Amino acid sequence: MSAVPLTLQLLNFCAALLLLLSFAMLSQRRVVNLVNLLAVQGGVLLLATLLLAARTGQHHLYLSAALTLGLKVILLPWLLHRLIRRLGVYWDAEPLLNISGTMLVGVLIVVFAFGLAQPISQLASTATRNAIGIAVAVVLLSFLMMITRRKAMSQVVGFLSMENGLFFGAMSATYGMPMVVEFGVALDVLVAVLVLGIFFFQIREQFDSLDLHHLEALREEAAERGED
Amino acid sequence: MSLELLILLATPLTGALTLGVLGARRFAPELNVGFSLLTFLAAGALAVRVVAAGQLLVAHEQFFIDAFNVFLVTLTALVGLTTAIFSRPYMRVELEHGRVRPLQLRLYHSMYQLFMTTMLVALTTNNMGLLWVAMEAATLSTVLLVTLYRTAASLEAGWKYFILCGVGIAQALFGTILLYFAAEHAIGGEGVSALLWTHLNGVKGQLEPAVLSLAFVFLLVGYGTKAGLAPLHNWLPDAHAEGPTPISAVLSGLLLNVAIYAVVRCKILVEGSLHSALPSQMLMGFGLLSVVVAVFLLWRQRDIKRLFAYSSIEHMGIITFAFGMGGAVANFAALLHMTVHSLTKSAIFFAAGHAAQKAGTQLMDQIRGLITLSPTIGWGLMMGSLAILGMPPFGVFASEFLILTTAMREQPWATPILLAALAVAFAAIFGRVQPMVFGETTAKRLPHPPALLPVFVHLGLVLGLGLYIPPYLADWYRAAARLIGGG
Repeated sequence: MSAVPLTLQLLNFCAALLLLLSFAMLSQRRVVNLVNLLAVQGGVLLLATLLLAARTGQHHLYLSAALTLGLKVILLPWLLHRLIRRLGVYWDAEPLLNISGTMLVGVLIVVFAFGLAQPISQLASTATRNAIGIAVAVVLLSFLMMITRRKAMSQVVGFLSMENGLFFGAMSATYGMPMVVEFGVALDVLVAVLVLGIFFFQIREQFDSLDLHHLEALREEAAERGED
Repeated sequence: MSLELLILLATPLTGALTLGVLGARRFAPELNVGFSLLTFLAAGALAVRVVAAGQLLVAHEQFFIDAFNVFLVTLTALVGLTTAIFSRPYMRVELEHGRVRPLQLRLYHSMYQLFMTTMLVALTTNNMGLLWVAMEAATLSTVLLVTLYRTAASLEAGWKYFILCGVGIAQALFGTILLYFAAEHAIGGEGVSALLWTHLNGVKGQLEPAVLSLAFVFLLVGYGTKAGLAPLHNWLPDAHAEGPTPISAVLSGLLLNVAIYAVVRCKILVEGSLHSALPSQMLMGFGLLSVVVAVFLLWRQRDIKRLFAYSSIEHMGIITFAFGMGGAVANFAALLHMTVHSLTKSAIFFAAGHAAQKAGTQLMDQIRGLITLSPTIGWGLMMGSLAILGMPPFGVFASEFLILTTAMREQPWATPILLAALAVAFAAIFGRVQPMVFGETTAKRLPHPPALLPVFVHLGLVLGLGLYIPPYLADWYRAAARLIGGG
């Protein structure tokens, strides 16, 4: 293990940083900070892509890095910050499970994720195969965040962080997806955020709040009572 | 690139742009019908060509049309056209009732065409990654349509739809990444071609089984969410009930089919790699679970559109189960069932939509005596319900009969469950529809005469398919069933 090249060490460092950021998101209740963490996550992803591009000499990775920079580091956080300001949502309510409980579940999830990624890591020929477990962990932790949060905005940050995790997974397992697919995915994510923006305004217009508690009328019981 | 395919994909896209730019003109609904008609004609031409000349691989192998997807393309374009015809008077009535504003109609028409584009791209693309992109785009283009009425319930439905399908589709993306990973491993750094279905199909025997079984779990959960398979079906009834009825019809008749299509494409690959019954068993399990869950929830429904949305989950379960059984007959039956379900269910939504408009409510308790006010709507709903419940001589009977007899032979344990579920569904739906159609009337006159032609065209086709499947159509189904069987 003495001759691990510097770029690879840095890549592994990036992977560890991503995992740390996921936990930071889990523990964070200020929505503004969540978006900032998401932007930092995008930044780490950008760094990882550039390192990988430099190491493997795959040109399409530079393009994908540019896409990450434009979309995940600049555009999406900017859009989300704008939304937060216009809507005035700064704090998430107490999560359904308290923070320390969530963290404990998170640790178990990481163990599970590494177990799940084991067969893939063994087959991978890429330099970054150890990172696949981390990518799966990031995806699952984002999932956990979406489940435990109440505010629509936090759920969206979870959704985007999940996408980041998937992107990192694709990168570490296969040096990224074909360009046409990557562009398509990026476009979908961008449109998703725009659609959500419109959607948030509709929700607020209707309920005067972005708390998803209001969105629980449509369960079966309610339908049975005949409420509209 | 073949001309038919180009027209097929470019027409709805142009339609989306044109209708978005033109806005809420008086002729926008007619234009919507026009674009849908052109799409349908292109789909017909494409089908004729593929039937005559065999499969088609165009645009640097990015698009691939064979017997399996060309039949779904034609079906999609047909239902797209009839729904556009239905939506013309329906949305005008909604406008006059003040439920939508002209500006929202512009969004509606534009997104309708965009939705058709994404469906057709998903069906014709050869690239598993693009398939994913198109499926996600289909969700995004319909989210704002589900919330078109801006009611509290519709916003909730839209949010559920977005988040559940978003999370589901993220699983599918992970599955696609794993698929790409396995393919790159087998084919070796060819980049783009490693996601092309035809290439994957060629090397499916060499794909790493451990990775593919993991990939299949993610793909099935992901696309299964879109197809409304239990336990991730929660978005479906809400989205169907709260959106405008034409959207319920295309979601039920088309989106679910396309999601099943994606699952089946994945299953062909995984089965070829694993040489085990795992994918089949998973499909059968999920299918049966969906049937049972949906049937029990059918009893508790009071909203007419929710009732038929749950019935869609049930039928998706039956189709998934049939594809899980595999074999020539079951695949044939599943394809037939996809066709007849899609036609019947959209016809029912057309009739139910008009009925709800006339009664001024979607609550079934308050819809009464349709037959006295409008015999055509009443009979349309009645016939449609009988057809979807599998009464002979409609086509659903034929496909369900084939599925049940195959199940008796190959999976005897599942047959009683299926039969019981069908019986319960019959009691639940027929018990609700009967008083709605007959009985004292409460309804009022509508300013625009409803478009009932689509209802009877669809039911006529379903009836025709139940009585007699023309030989060329049967050949076509058989060819598709063979493709799915991996032969």
